[in-house]
Amino acid sequence: MKVVIFSTCVVDMMFPNVGKAMVEVLERFGCETFMPMQQICCGQPTYNSGYVKSTKHVMHNEVDALLSVDADYVVGPAGSCVNMLKELPAHLKGEPAYQAKAQAIADKTYEFSQFVYRVLGIENAGAELDAVATYHRSCHMTRLLGESTSPFALLDHVKGLTMVPLPHIENCCGFGGMFSMKEPEISRQMVDEKVNDVISTNASVLISCDPACLMNIGGRCNRRGESITIMHLAEVLNHDVDISRVTYVDAQESKGVLI
Amino acid sequence: MKTGSMIRSSDHDFLTRVKESEEDTFAQKAVAKAQDAQWIKREGARRELGNWEDWRKLGEQIRQHTVRYLPDYLEEFSDNVESNGGHVFFAQTDIEARDFITNLAREKQVKHVVKSKSMVTTEIGIDEALLEIPGMELLETDLAEFILQQDDWDQPTHLVFPALHKNRDQVREVFMEKLGYEGDNDPQHLARFARKVMRKRFLENEMSITGCNFAVADNGMINLDTNEGNADLCMAIPKIQVVCMGMERIVPGMREAETIDNMLARSAVGQKITTYCTFTSRQVDGESDGPEEFYVVIIDNGRSNALGTDFEPILQCIRCASCLNVCPVYRHIGGHGYGSIYPGPVGSILSPVLQGNYDDFAELPYACSLCTACTSTCPVKIPLHKLLLKHREIEMDDIHQSKLIDDVVMRVVGLGTGHSSLFRTALGLDHLAMAPLARKGPEAAKNLYSDDKHVEWMPFVFGGWTKVRDLPDPPAHSKNFRSWFKTHKPADVDPKIAKHTAQREQEIQAERKA
Repeated sequence: MKVVIFSTCVVDMMFPNVGKAMVEVLERFGCETFMPMQQICCGQPTYNSGYVKSTKHVMHNEVDALLSVDADYVVGPAGSCVNMLKELPAHLKGEPAYQAKAQAIADKTYEFSQFVYRVLGIENAGAELDAVATYHRSCHMTRLLGESTSPFALLDHVKGLTMVPLPHIENCCGFGGMFSMKEPEISRQMVDEKVNDVISTNASVLISCDPACLMNIGGRCNRRGESITIMHLAEVLNHDVDISRVTYVDAQESKGVLI
Repeated sequence: MKTGSMIRSSDHDFLTRVKESEEDTFAQKAVAKAQDAQWIKREGARRELGNWEDWRKLGEQIRQHTVRYLPDYLEEFSDNVESNGGHVFFAQTDIEARDFITNLAREKQVKHVVKSKSMVTTEIGIDEALLEIPGMELLETDLAEFILQQDDWDQPTHLVFPALHKNRDQVREVFMEKLGYEGDNDPQHLARFARKVMRKRFLENEMSITGCNFAVADNGMINLDTNEGNADLCMAIPKIQVVCMGMERIVPGMREAETIDNMLARSAVGQKITTYCTFTSRQVDGESDGPEEFYVVIIDNGRSNALGTDFEPILQCIRCASCLNVCPVYRHIGGHGYGSIYPGPVGSILSPVLQGNYDDFAELPYACSLCTACTSTCPVKIPLHKLLLKHREIEMDDIHQSKLIDDVVMRVVGLGTGHSSLFRTALGLDHLAMAPLARKGPEAAKNLYSDDKHVEWMPFVFGGWTKVRDLPDPPAHSKNFRSWFKTHKPADVDPKIAKHTAQREQEIQAERKA
């Protein structure tokens, strides 16, 4: 399978480990990966701030970049950014040529966990992590992309990992893109409640599929001096891997899971 | 007084309101507790109904259809009210609505008015206007509104639970000071006391003012959903009833009313149906109760600003307030933080629409993390987060409401994320540029900071980030993801795994063909 890596600007700028882990997991499972260096960003920082006109060329650039390699799939490590790619056809509706290109991308784009679970059909990626962890469900991945199963299914099969439920899992962590910078006083109260909820679980690891949420919650933990290990799901699935543990989703038994 | 000004619930600026809300720790805890409790009740009530997504689609269709054909339904409704012997007054502004009602009260020499809960009466400021009439006595009869009135007309902070921000001790204090209450803080005792005060007044009054959950177009009836029964007393006892309704609060017929009432009760309070679900009009011959004179004031007050625009879907709203009950921002800043009598997601959209500008509520569309919990819960499928984005687009792209420096920064972000060469240059320089700001660990949050360094201060709008939390120090260019990708060599794939993936590829292709 040919996979274009939709790296996202956050991973490009801040989180090399997340990008590496994602690529290594995909390659371990037989994907040929491509990284078009022209790509930058899905456009959310400006689009969500109201600068819709100035976001057009950001969207154009991303569309052209991700289509520059003829691949079967586009896979990204961030539920929110992946959802934005899925929304691009709607945002480009006044420009038929770009809209068609954006649609071609949207049709083959997946968030990392859903690609591993639903497309590759992997249930146990062979990873081991001896820890108690909790999972932060990002808003856009859950509500807009509609993906709330894949990460949990994959985490359930990591050897040595005990998952504990996060209270108020449905509540936003207070990131919200530019919201976190424009409204720091409100955002602080939101992320503080999230940090308190994480601490209340006694988990030593916080896992998510959105690096920006992790940057927010982790950044607040760091400022408050709360000890916690922050991991993207890709890093968990790439941890102490023994491929003899790999198992697959049973296509007969789990109808509707596989795409 | 300027039209639309009664929507404001505070004279303080946005940041002050946010600060005041945080300081009111009781209110904050009360909101969080109510949100958590409502989550369980609401979702349970919806689950019990079954096929909730299908109900939402039906609710959306009914409301969309009604709003699209609003003039026709308003005409039909108005004709039916008249043929039932009632009267209809169309008020374009809050001022017109106030004048109509106060003139009516003067003309009929009314000295005692009882009110049941209604947001639109707060929106038009009818209480203040009526109390200007010499000798006028006015009583709010919804328990929460009654408490607010006794507390020198404190402002409501929630659409369904207006006194959510008050605790039992505060209520007791108000009752003691204003009404001579001598009992304890037991809510049952407080409610019983309030009822005693109200009962007497119900019997004395000449005119009632109620809101309207829905107006039924094809029979000219008014539908009110309540839990306390006070609204029914308002409708049954006085000779004159004045109904205030926003012009969009209409349903074609009883079938649609039944559907929407069902969804409203479950969404608003997690009940199958409210304790009282009443349909009423003027007293007809042979009836022993009900108003002899029945007036309906249909209020525009800025609602038509939404018609035919991107904001039209906000008129679908049935005021269940479930968007407030799931909103993480409302959770922290409460109704007071919004500074509008319509708080929460719906209020952030509706308030500027009603006023027709961004003078009072420019910040509200930005007081949102776009978590989309509101859009997901809305029983009539209003795309709330998209409407908030639409406000932002108008504020930035059309009327350039941003502070100049923020505007410049965001345009630079736009350039940087849109031009590949600029972004690559940034990736090459960010580590060096941030070096003077980077602070060495030890980091409490492990595995987040690739070179064990973080940043505690940033300039411009980015300072909002570092005011609250640390920022990772960008890795050196040679250590970033792109540099790694260019040099890395894929490991050999295990033959068994390769076989599975090839097989999956075939399955997927077969599925796609099918």
